[in-house]
Amino acid sequence: MRRFAELPAWARWALYAALGVLLLTIVQGFDDTNRLTAASSSQAMLRWGMPILLAGLGGLFAERAGIVNIGLEGMMILGTWFGAWGALNYGAWAGLLLGIAGGALGGLIHAIATISFGVDHVISGVAVNILAPGATRFLSSEIFTGYDGGSITQSPRVPGVGHITVPVLASGPDLLGDVMRADVFFFSDVAGLTRGLATQLSLVTLIALLLVPFTAWLLWRTRFGLRLRVCGERPEAGESQGINVYRYKYVAVVISGGFAGLAGAFIVSPELSGIYLEGQTTGRGFIGLAALILGNWRPSGILIGALLFGYPFGVGLRDLDGAASHSLLLVNAIALVGVAVWAHRRGQRTSTILAVVLSGLAAMWYLVAEEVPDWWTDILPYVIVLVVLVFFTQRLRPPAAAGRPYRKGEA
Amino acid sequence: MNVALGRRIMWATAAPLAALLFAVAMSSIVLVISGSDPLAAYGDMIAHARKLETMIDILNRATPLYIAGVAVAIAFRMNLFNIGVEGQYLLAALVAAHVGGLISLPAALHVAVILLVAMSVGAAYSGLAGVLKVTRGINEVISTIMLNAIAISGLGAWLVREWQASGSIEPGSATRVGTTPIDESGLIGDLNGVLEVFTRDIKQGKSLTGVLVLALLVGVGYHVLVNRTRFGFDLRASGINPFAARAGGVPPKRMIVTAMVLSGAVAGLVGVAEVMNVGFFPSNPIRGLGFIGIAVALLGRNNPLGIGVAALIFAFLDVSSGVLQFTGAASREIVVIMQGVIILAAVVAYEVTRRAREREEARSAAAALAGSPA
Repeated sequence: MRRFAELPAWARWALYAALGVLLLTIVQGFDDTNRLTAASSSQAMLRWGMPILLAGLGGLFAERAGIVNIGLEGMMILGTWFGAWGALNYGAWAGLLLGIAGGALGGLIHAIATISFGVDHVISGVAVNILAPGATRFLSSEIFTGYDGGSITQSPRVPGVGHITVPVLASGPDLLGDVMRADVFFFSDVAGLTRGLATQLSLVTLIALLLVPFTAWLLWRTRFGLRLRVCGERPEAGESQGINVYRYKYVAVVISGGFAGLAGAFIVSPELSGIYLEGQTTGRGFIGLAALILGNWRPSGILIGALLFGYPFGVGLRDLDGAASHSLLLVNAIALVGVAVWAHRRGQRTSTILAVVLSGLAAMWYLVAEEVPDWWTDILPYVIVLVVLVFFTQRLRPPAAAGRPYRKGEA
Repeated sequence: MNVALGRRIMWATAAPLAALLFAVAMSSIVLVISGSDPLAAYGDMIAHARKLETMIDILNRATPLYIAGVAVAIAFRMNLFNIGVEGQYLLAALVAAHVGGLISLPAALHVAVILLVAMSVGAAYSGLAGVLKVTRGINEVISTIMLNAIAISGLGAWLVREWQASGSIEPGSATRVGTTPIDESGLIGDLNGVLEVFTRDIKQGKSLTGVLVLALLVGVGYHVLVNRTRFGFDLRASGINPFAARAGGVPPKRMIVTAMVLSGAVAGLVGVAEVMNVGFFPSNPIRGLGFIGIAVALLGRNNPLGIGVAALIFAFLDVSSGVLQFTGAASREIVVIMQGVIILAAVVAYEVTRRAREREEARSAAAALAGSPA
């Protein structure tokens, strides 16, 4: 066990992933489906996970600088509208940039209220969430109604940026495809999932994925990042070192809004919708916040959280007979058994009992029901977050000063 | 004494008035940029709002907003943020309407059962967030956001489908689909008879909802509970200084759960207004009342009267803007911007005046100290 902990992080995660795929492969056999490890599932997971990832990274910037950002949802909504408007008028890439700008504008409003005026962060965020849909609705009524095929609630079709398919692996020789078609237990499943990730990869997705290491580098390897994080841990300490805390907080929250705006532009892009639709964010800004918590305020954790939340959507999307969602229940039950074992070894009796009971309920549901209704995959991300919070809240470490009002000169 | 009271009223009303003026100014700028005449638009809206039928619509809209505002305010008083009113009221109204449609009882009892079910469901769902907070240390903002999503896109959507009465309720109108209709005995009647004693006859088939009386009772109950009882004192004390309250013998955990349960019980009544109006829970109910409830509570500063004024302002904007579609003076969506700006401007203004007041108090205290022999 100690040897395992000494492995480098990437190796440990690769092992976890392999273990997870093995579990999925075995479990889906009981339900006679292959959708849990199908290439289409991992592809959909990636696409559905990206807005969550971007929103989560946005939340990371704000909270690392000490500002809680409940307004991510509203900033994402601004991103959808400006993303669509920009893409329609100036092309797909400009759409992304304008989406970022729209979200950053929302971030600026949040920054002014929370930093300059010291308004409670949650209250200001709620206000942004109320203002943003109103603003986009007004803008639609003024602008999209004048477009051919547009109306007060939707835009015409929106163009997208290009795709790439990774050569050798998924095209040309198509090595992964060969392994996938060979139908070897487990290995074909891994190949299928990986091939889904490498096929028809949108350039936006690629950028979003690259933003994960970039964020990690920016926040943990640069002077800017260190100072930004000081503002979220002990702003008074930063102030005594001559850091302009207000400026760092402003920059962080505007970046945060920009990330949320990019998430919105991604939702509008043909990757997910190809059209602006009122209400199309469906609370994904909040799921981004959930990914932030699940990821313990770290970029790589947020990526894992986003993929974990995108996965049920990806599976549920084509799961018309409900067999794959049904299998997911057993996965949930097994995962909860793992939680129970973990809690038991730490001597947490209440947690152990709770995990066993929840696991039993999931297993019972699995055995009783032939299929699972479609809403289960819709709410699974939220349920996972609640379960994770119930068992691991004490293990999470949010930035110490997140949500605390800060006034200059009170140190 | 009078001077002090005058100052208090000035401080209390200056900020919201400033926020309103700022919102009107911002909206006017937006309207001018988009090529509309703000004065014409506002004129149309005010003229429309002076009709009796429009006033009834405004009161009907303000009723659930007020209840939602009170629900949020109860939690606010204790520094708890119940973002979950949205999910609580939808779930509560759905279950209450379903139960109400299944049973038949004498009139008063039937209504009482429906209200009781609605309050219990809201209280249980909100109380869950309270229990998670005190036993597991989960921030109620996060847990209620998650519980909202679970209630709205999961449980609610599922139960609406499960409980949907077969076929269309009113022949020829496919949109009126929902739970089993509630018998006449389970519905709260309208107040048209009472209103017509004072006014002319109501036309256009409008009716003033009887739930308005319930909302007023909720408001009075809230005032009495918070300002006139031991519990209300503990609640406010815990909100202002939890450590001092605890030292004074107020159990903090029990206060948190109780505040969330009470907040949820009131939230459960929000959706009752619509259920009583249409007679069942529709498959596409009015949404967003919980979030606007937060805005209303903030604008009204958790004060029972203030919340009422705020609910009326928001309802006025919602309802009277409908006329803009016909007069064409401006896009009616301008009011949604106005609501957003009002709420942002109001929270900023409250923060600014709070600090200005603190400075003034510090100054007057310093002056009083300087005057007395040290």
